[in-house]
Amino acid sequence: MTQQTPVSKPPAQGGAHPAGPRRDPRLLATAASPRGWLEALKRNVRGGELGPLPVILGLVLIAVVFQIANDRFLSPQNLSNLTVQIAAIGLMTTGVIMVLLLGEIDLSIGSVAGLSAAVLAVMAVKQGVSEWAAIGVALGIGLLVGLLHGFVFAKLGVPAFVVTLAGLLGWQGLHLYLMGADGTINTSPNGAIAMLTQTFFVPFMGWTIAGLTLGLYVLSVALVERRRRLAGLPYKPSAEIAFRAVLLAVPVLGGVWVLNQYKGVSLAFLIFVGFVVVLDLVLRKTRYGRMVYAVGGNSEAARRAGINVDLIRISVFGIASTLAALGGVLLTSRNFAASVSTGGGEELMMAIAAAVIGGTSLFGGRGNAYSALLGGLVLGAIASGLLLLQMSTSVRFMITAAVLLIAVILDAASRRGRKTHARGGA
Amino acid sequence: MSTPVLEMSGISKTFGAVRALSDVDFHVNEGEVVALLGDNGAGKSTLVKVISGAHPADSGGTITWDGKPVNISAPADAQRLGIATIYQDLALCDNLDIVGNLFLGNEKLHFPGTLDEVEMESRAMELLDSLSVRIPSLRVPVASLSGGQRQIIAIARSLLGQPRVVMLDEPTAALGVAQTAQVLDLIERLRDQGLGVLLISHNMADVRAVADRAVVLRLGRNAGNFPIADTSYEEIVAAITGAADNPVSRRSERTGTSALSTEDK
Repeated sequence: MTQQTPVSKPPAQGGAHPAGPRRDPRLLATAASPRGWLEALKRNVRGGELGPLPVILGLVLIAVVFQIANDRFLSPQNLSNLTVQIAAIGLMTTGVIMVLLLGEIDLSIGSVAGLSAAVLAVMAVKQGVSEWAAIGVALGIGLLVGLLHGFVFAKLGVPAFVVTLAGLLGWQGLHLYLMGADGTINTSPNGAIAMLTQTFFVPFMGWTIAGLTLGLYVLSVALVERRRRLAGLPYKPSAEIAFRAVLLAVPVLGGVWVLNQYKGVSLAFLIFVGFVVVLDLVLRKTRYGRMVYAVGGNSEAARRAGINVDLIRISVFGIASTLAALGGVLLTSRNFAASVSTGGGEELMMAIAAAVIGGTSLFGGRGNAYSALLGGLVLGAIASGLLLLQMSTSVRFMITAAVLLIAVILDAASRRGRKTHARGGA
Repeated sequence: MSTPVLEMSGISKTFGAVRALSDVDFHVNEGEVVALLGDNGAGKSTLVKVISGAHPADSGGTITWDGKPVNISAPADAQRLGIATIYQDLALCDNLDIVGNLFLGNEKLHFPGTLDEVEMESRAMELLDSLSVRIPSLRVPVASLSGGQRQIIAIARSLLGQPRVVMLDEPTAALGVAQTAQVLDLIERLRDQGLGVLLISHNMADVRAVADRAVVLRLGRNAGNFPIADTSYEEIVAAITGAADNPVSRRSERTGTSALSTEDK
């Protein structure tokens, strides 16, 4: 007799599973009420499953402190500027998160962003190529650079730290070479490049985009939970889906409302959030994302499971550098210029810090795309608040360092919590 | 007796000047647990690697599957035949949950590229139910499981490929008493489902508990093939060490009791 996987009893008529969900009695049930969710939340916090909670609390704290210090902090104009300011580094962070998920690091993203800005400006201004084509070339060069890093790392076995350290130096060198004698190349203030950060959607568009996003979220979650119920798996009751939808709707609709008070939702922020959402879906819902997590968790296990580990690594470095190049394009767009210092300053440090503050582990396999949004908002809010208070960069760096350190300490503490509560460390 | 699922005869394997296996014969039937025993360096691991395709055997021997001659020259060949190997390091991804690990590299998909989590979780639940494995939630990271549960997940994962022969390399080496019992139960269930199980173990108590037959290797050669039920512990030890005069039997003569007298005749 060959081994066979027994087939479960077919669901009874009406779609309900005969025995209800096949739930292990040892699993603590979560009551479908606000009180039940609060209990579950307390359990998770005690067990070290903090999720995005510390970052969100941190954001609230930052908002309260700066609002007290200067009442223009929460003004629509300031918040609108904030969303445009964080987009470029946010995109770089999104790429860094992919690399961190592999348990590797990419030190070259700042230089790649600078290189991309230089290519963009030289192509569009000096060579007179159309701006869209120049953007395409800049992104393409970012992709090639990333694939090269990935190839040297995965195929030749050079540690990613060293490969991208060489990249940090080398691409900055190429950036300076391309800029030539000009310290700065100004781009057209009303072309496609400038449009990227100068476009704001009319209120109606903002509401439509937010509404569609929320609707799609609720619909997809409801469909999945319905399938789970029909398959006899543990599922979230409708009340919990509704609760989660409200939790998501408050910041999304609130954000759109505030931004609509000024110029509306900016295209740059939408590009950033769009990449975060797409990357999150890719990481959680696709085979490719599963492979990225597997390689980050245990590359040998991934290899034995038949995953092409080298291909995953090369592709992730390719994605990271492409996103860095897109960050460079947005930096150019916002400044109406590419300069020798574009991408060579704090961008790299801030991008990595944002990923870590957002909750992505440096050791691989743990983290999600939303870290880029949350971490970027935290660092952006600090920068914006201190600017309003007319503090110098020196203060900002010290405060950012403290926040980064707190984030890492929280992560280490929660990792201990997870170990003692048998939820896995690492 | 019916044809063995896997039968090997005259298997040799040399590494440079070292002959790790010479003329080894081996077979495993359906619904049978065969223990592969031998001292360190006896050739157990080499034989496992020959069967799993990691190290193809030297030419000269024959391997038959269901009575038909086959060639195992790569791990993929062994997998295609229906041979699953669970190595000592279990090759699980600690950061993925149980479902993710069970289907790693073999994910069920909806339309191109997207994971069908519902299907995978249902299948995982059925599989674990069929093995009478109870784990509270299939959505916890594997890192949070006990050693025995991890071993069981690794074994369960190999079963998704519907193998007919399962090889387990020291499955209980790092486990406590209760966890060892869980894994031994699982091995018995695999046998009852008609799989051939090849168990490599240094633990004679485990071998006596679940194995039907013990194949002993010594210095790369066959040193005995014993039905466990009517073979004493001393006989097997003698075959492993190659002498009736060995530390274990000397001790039992001196003390007047069987060294491990629990259930020997």
